[in-house]
Amino acid sequence: MELTGAEITVRCLMEEGVEFVFGYPGGAVLNIYDAIFKQDGFKHILVRHEQAAVHAADGYARSTGKVGVALVTSGPGITNAVTGIATAYMDSIPLIVISGQVSTHAIGLDAFQEVDAVGITRPCVKHNFLVKDIKELAATIKKAFYIASTGRPGPVLVDIPKDITSQAFEYVYPATVNMRSYNAGVKGHGGQIKKAAQMLLEAKRPMIYSGGGVVLGNAAPQLVELTRLLGFPCTNTLMGLGAYPATDKQFVGMLGMHGTYEANMAMQHSDVLLAVGARFDDRVIGSPEHFAREARRIIHIDIDPSSIAKRVRVDVPIVGDVAAVLDELIKLIKAAKEPRDEAALSAWWTQIEGWRNLDCLKFDRHSDIIKPQRVIEQLWQVTQGDAFVTTDVGQHQMWAAQFYKFDQPRRWITSGGLGTMGFGLPAAMGVQLAQPGRNVACVTGESSIQMCIQELSTCRQYHIPIKIINLNNRYMGMVRQWQEFFYGNRYAESYMDSLPDFVKLAESYGHVGMKIEKPEDVEAALREAFALKDRLVFMDFITDQTENVFPMVPNGAGISEMILAEEL
Amino acid sequence: MRHIISLLMENEAGALSRVAGLFSARGYNIESLSVAPTEDSTLSRMTIVTRGSEEVIEQIVKQLNKLIDVVKILDLSDGSHIERELMLVKVRAYGKDREEMKRMADIFRGRIIDVTEKTYTIELTGPGAKLDAFIEAIDPAVILETVRTGASGIGRGERILKI
Repeated sequence: MELTGAEITVRCLMEEGVEFVFGYPGGAVLNIYDAIFKQDGFKHILVRHEQAAVHAADGYARSTGKVGVALVTSGPGITNAVTGIATAYMDSIPLIVISGQVSTHAIGLDAFQEVDAVGITRPCVKHNFLVKDIKELAATIKKAFYIASTGRPGPVLVDIPKDITSQAFEYVYPATVNMRSYNAGVKGHGGQIKKAAQMLLEAKRPMIYSGGGVVLGNAAPQLVELTRLLGFPCTNTLMGLGAYPATDKQFVGMLGMHGTYEANMAMQHSDVLLAVGARFDDRVIGSPEHFAREARRIIHIDIDPSSIAKRVRVDVPIVGDVAAVLDELIKLIKAAKEPRDEAALSAWWTQIEGWRNLDCLKFDRHSDIIKPQRVIEQLWQVTQGDAFVTTDVGQHQMWAAQFYKFDQPRRWITSGGLGTMGFGLPAAMGVQLAQPGRNVACVTGESSIQMCIQELSTCRQYHIPIKIINLNNRYMGMVRQWQEFFYGNRYAESYMDSLPDFVKLAESYGHVGMKIEKPEDVEAALREAFALKDRLVFMDFITDQTENVFPMVPNGAGISEMILAEEL
Repeated sequence: MRHIISLLMENEAGALSRVAGLFSARGYNIESLSVAPTEDSTLSRMTIVTRGSEEVIEQIVKQLNKLIDVVKILDLSDGSHIERELMLVKVRAYGKDREEMKRMADIFRGRIIDVTEKTYTIELTGPGAKLDAFIEAIDPAVILETVRTGASGIGRGERILKI
């Protein structure tokens, strides 16, 4: 059957089981929008800014594990989308971004709304395509989905010139993809896995360090099984939260720049470290030269060979799908006959409990100003630990990571790698659409929320009942904190002046607004908001302006060199 | 350490810029880069000469392998290989320089491929170091123009980069 390029594009998306396309129309994609108008296979969500389209598709992808789809026009459409694409790239989120392009005969002539989309996005996509021939269109979209969702996932851009969308061609959606230059499935090396099992069994001060790869690879059940089988302490990175249940006693909290004292100390003092789907990022291990590399043996499992030995040399590298490798490891550990050094493990736990007893996350619970940590704790209680939580970037993000105890993967939706302010609200839209009826909270701050606040309009149009937890301290809190610690209290441009009345703002978009100023009102307000099942509630919490995130590892230091709350 | 990395990649628009972009984005050094189609019209072969510690070279190879358009990769410096580069040098060749230039070209097994009353254009092939040596050996004042292709390399004997 002959279809136009626009119809082929839409049919391909339906073929891939796409439920939502987040987008914004414009000249170069008008044919595609016309084809969307005539179909009912998926729902199009009209955002108010292209950055939000990509973040929403990203939130959808993170919470479901499926590929998110965004559709934008050429020129400013795609440049606006770049922040969203880079956000997804840094966190390895599977996305397809379809961008319109000027017609093939106009490419390179500085046409209206022309930009080199493939060139601009090249450094922040897993791969991208410019479709120059309608014959290639369906196969290209098939490849794009395949590349985005396999191996280490990532965003893939498909740039489609307008004339391609109006030409007609016989539509056949390829059943399979065969690419000689791309091999997604890697099975871990058997010999290396054996070596790793042996090393784990001999460990006296073991530590399991698990990252976003465990969430992306759907390997949380394996991680939990292995950790419990071994009885080892486990930490999750910011991206890995929820992969190991935070309420479990073997969980020592998040590690890194704002990780717990016990997690960072255990990392630094372990003798065998099992890194799973994590990449020894600078915010996680601090400076590699202070990482006490010689003191311990490291096993590193990752699907991406380039993540291994990038910042830290490892002893047992295992390239492979984390779930499959962990399955193998579990089998070997179960079959092992050698007695383990239980005494050493128990001494190690005693030491860890000592670190844990420091209670590094303590804060003033009797303050008569709202403490942001308390808001998150109560959010956790009110939602029974079962909400999907998106965030923006800064102090509120760290408090959410520290105080909301995620027991399941894919509940914690945050921009970890790129650190994109403005991510939280649009991401929450994508999550809520994917999870109808579930509690979705966007934890944000008064600075971050203003970066994509126009999406309150989208939420109104599609009745997306998310709950916005705005920790309003009238500062770009994390910037202010760094200025307090490292810049002699010179608060250069970190005060958010002339803030809107968020209650009225929410109301003007047709939502419910609440302003909460007293600690004793926090819980009741949260209960009231979450009881409003079908409404978006914007909760403006007026919090302590001077509160800081602790512990904190100063930039470039080793992770055991933490600044703790009482030291100031 | 200097490394010569050979790769086969899909002969598609933009493949070269993916490689070049990777090197600039990650701060890797490119000494030279040459690329041309192969006997299989769907594939191009690229030779990159780069410098870096073992860790950096390992990352370069891994990152290149990650590019979707890269089909196969071989670090020629890991084993025995042959390296060749072509250079064209236009030199001033009159008076006493004329005979001297002819002599130097002969010593380096170069060929004079263009002659005017005042200039010679010399073609020289060899490993990069030999071309450097030629430039060193002649008086810089007589050099009017040089152009080099960048290195191409191939493994010795049974070392073959093919899909």
